[in-house]
Amino acid sequence: MSNILVSNMELIPGRRITSHLGLVQGSTVRAKHAGKDILAGLKNIVGGELKSYTDLMQEAREEATMRMSQQAASIGANAVLNVRYTTTAVTMGAAEILAYGTAVVLE
Amino acid sequence: MELVFQNLDLFLFLFLLALGFSIGRILELRHYRSIRQREQSLADILAFTNRFPPNPVDRHDVRLVSGAVVISSDYFKQFVAGLRNLVGGRFRGYETLLDRARREAILRMKEDAKRAGYSMIVNVKIENTSISGGRAGTMPSFELLAYGTAIRPARSA
Repeated sequence: MSNILVSNMELIPGRRITSHLGLVQGSTVRAKHAGKDILAGLKNIVGGELKSYTDLMQEAREEATMRMSQQAASIGANAVLNVRYTTTAVTMGAAEILAYGTAVVLE
Repeated sequence: MELVFQNLDLFLFLFLLALGFSIGRILELRHYRSIRQREQSLADILAFTNRFPPNPVDRHDVRLVSGAVVISSDYFKQFVAGLRNLVGGRFRGYETLLDRARREAILRMKEDAKRAGYSMIVNVKIENTSISGGRAGTMPSFELLAYGTAIRPARSA
């Protein structure tokens, strides 16, 4: 999916948008396993970065972006513009990551 | 010694409080030092919240870059926050926590751009999510995400 251009700008400088294909999105819900949760619980005493969560969220965001790109490719787009990310905690220890944007064809 | 066993709960609480205060403080100072250092070394990567680059006419290479960090409060800060809730007002402990996380996220975004060979990021957005869901009795932890479009003049005609 690396041939799909992904950007959070509304336009790409110097390139014309030839057609507009509507909204595309990708999402994933992730939870971490109990072992990491216990370690994070210990880390909570002294505070600071929870590395395992950071990695988890980063991975999830890449997955969501990839799904969005796949959807864009399947409708014949070559770029997704004005991309936004949102994260919602679904329950304790599980989060939904959503990526959405506008699929377009650039010349 | 018997006194300790009789009041084990209290001693455990005080122990965690002291641990949170001392180690939390050391980690915070160390983190700030590292943030300042890296901010200086990445000062040549420019980040703007502008929607468009300064020259929106020429052809550019673009790439979405992001940086994220999940950060948690410590036992001491959470306890003080509980007290602070009674009287309200400004709570520095969480201010520094969020400030650190935000600067760290921006630094990681800049590092991401630098790795890919870009030196300017436009349309930067910063987002903050509470991971713990704000449930009572859980330690507050937040995810800070910074993302934007890295941009450079197109290398191929």
